[in-house]
Amino acid sequence: MSWLLALPIAIPFLTAVAAFLTRNMPVGRWISIIGSAILLCASIVLMNTVLRDGVVAGQMGGWAAPFGITLVADLLSAVMVLITAIVAVAVSIYALADVDEKMERLGYHALFNMLIAGVVGAFVTGDLFNLYVWFEVMLIASFGLLVLGGRPEQIDGGVKYVALNLISTIMFLTGIGLLYGMTGTLNMADLASAVDTADQRLLTIVAVLFMIAFGVKAAVFPLFFWLPASYHTPAFSVSAVFAGLLTKVGVYALIRMFTLVFDHDTAFTHTILLWVAVLTMVVGVLGAAAQSDMRKILSFHIVSQIGYMILGLALLTPLALVGAVFYLVHHIVVKANLFLIAGVAQRIAGGTELGRIGGLYKSAPLLAILFVVPAFSLAGFPPLSGFWAKFLLVKAALDVQAWFIAFVALAVGLLTIYSMTKIWAQAFWEPHPDGIEPKLSRLSTRDRAAFLIPIAGLAMLTVIIGTMPEAFVQFAERSAAQLLDPTAYITAVLGDPS
Amino acid sequence: MEVLFAITIGVLVAASVYLMLSNHLLRFIFGLVLISNAANLTIFVAGRLTDGAPPLIPVGADAPVIAANALPQALVLTAIVIGFGLFAFAIVLVFRAWTSLNSLTPDEMRLAEPEETPK
Repeated sequence: MSWLLALPIAIPFLTAVAAFLTRNMPVGRWISIIGSAILLCASIVLMNTVLRDGVVAGQMGGWAAPFGITLVADLLSAVMVLITAIVAVAVSIYALADVDEKMERLGYHALFNMLIAGVVGAFVTGDLFNLYVWFEVMLIASFGLLVLGGRPEQIDGGVKYVALNLISTIMFLTGIGLLYGMTGTLNMADLASAVDTADQRLLTIVAVLFMIAFGVKAAVFPLFFWLPASYHTPAFSVSAVFAGLLTKVGVYALIRMFTLVFDHDTAFTHTILLWVAVLTMVVGVLGAAAQSDMRKILSFHIVSQIGYMILGLALLTPLALVGAVFYLVHHIVVKANLFLIAGVAQRIAGGTELGRIGGLYKSAPLLAILFVVPAFSLAGFPPLSGFWAKFLLVKAALDVQAWFIAFVALAVGLLTIYSMTKIWAQAFWEPHPDGIEPKLSRLSTRDRAAFLIPIAGLAMLTVIIGTMPEAFVQFAERSAAQLLDPTAYITAVLGDPS
Repeated sequence: MEVLFAITIGVLVAASVYLMLSNHLLRFIFGLVLISNAANLTIFVAGRLTDGAPPLIPVGADAPVIAANALPQALVLTAIVIGFGLFAFAIVLVFRAWTSLNSLTPDEMRLAEPEETPK
């Protein structure tokens, strides 16, 4: 089975190497698309296997767990790999029109695929130190992508991004060291039982270290400031893939560690997470309301939406985890798509600053429709995917009589509508201040196809999740059950204890 | 021995926090280098300190009761290599920031997030 788990990491890795060698040739960009498509096939196979056989685990290099490096995929990992592959395909097609030759020569496609390899690696690894290594792969590739091109704004945003992420990395590393000193193992499945005999008070301290480390990656309050400082500066395809995937790796790591390993003192750790979630939702959405640039608004909304996912983890009821898993998947698709649309708006209307653009509804109705789908989904309009995600979480909060939390979640939804309406009114409805007609025909046919195919594809996925939520909710239920009772996960990694 | 290591790590962390809080990017980077060394030492100590007991077993002999733990050394080595790459990047980035923004004071670096002008 181990090849099945290693393939989704190996494919983008090899694609990155091939794309680096061909970075001066036009064929490089096609290599990137083909590599992403093969990754998508591999992740579908992985998903199928996990659906059929349950948790899949493989020991790398033939070293038995818990001594070697374990790769393991449960339903959550498998769906995250799948959604990563979908975003990778969409963004690499989009990059045909968005990324110019100068950036290609600087190695855009190689860095992009390396980033995907890091993200996938983080999702399938079952070893804590290996998780650290994948975080670093992801981080160094994202550093490169962020400052690629080297405009002064990018450097400025990049400094803040690099500084805060490096601190988080060091926190993570210290946490790993302390946890290893206490338990003598780094295998996540082995840790789940090994922490039972450790000093519980010390364990809580280590848990908080991990919470801060992953909290920076996930961009939760009050650790999110690197995100709105940097996400609006790079190329649009870069910010789309960052917005879709990077913070979600942090959320995934939080969910994994705080259901599998750090569930000894939930009254303490998960209460912190709960208030962090509430503040993240509120601060993110208020930050967005104060912005007037499309990408900055969307960046702050990432923060706000992360709060919902953390809320699902913090409540830790079966339904809340279902909501968190559903939210993760829905959000990646929607958020990446909104950044892709912002890129098209910038190309045809000449900017993303709301005061300087307009008229998109009249001149580019197709783009307007494609914007409405993810925007309303983000705000939680039925029957789009965001409605079900929010519904599950609010229901979960009401079930445990957390009235205030449920109220905040709903109010934040309302404020999200305010921001989306602001973008709609100023960028789409009002006429362009310079009298330009931002028609899609201003783009070449090739660019138009490369822009609109991935956007339409992701919008379609949003509609599919929204109109057929039953299957997705059932999937999320199975996934949440695996998270709450990790016996299958542990057995798959360590073998049957009996 | 552990106490000595603990004090060293504590001093390193304290010095790096002091450096990172100063309003200058280059000092911030130096602080990061120090704190990453503190993290590496933490991992090293977490593997328990042994004196002069290599983790090698002669052919035919039983496993010794006291042997150095090789795993933390491997982890620290990996972390050092990764850290080296990250800091190389960070230092070049700071240099670029200095040439293109003409400042290494974080408070003055507002290009990506310009201050709101009152309307």
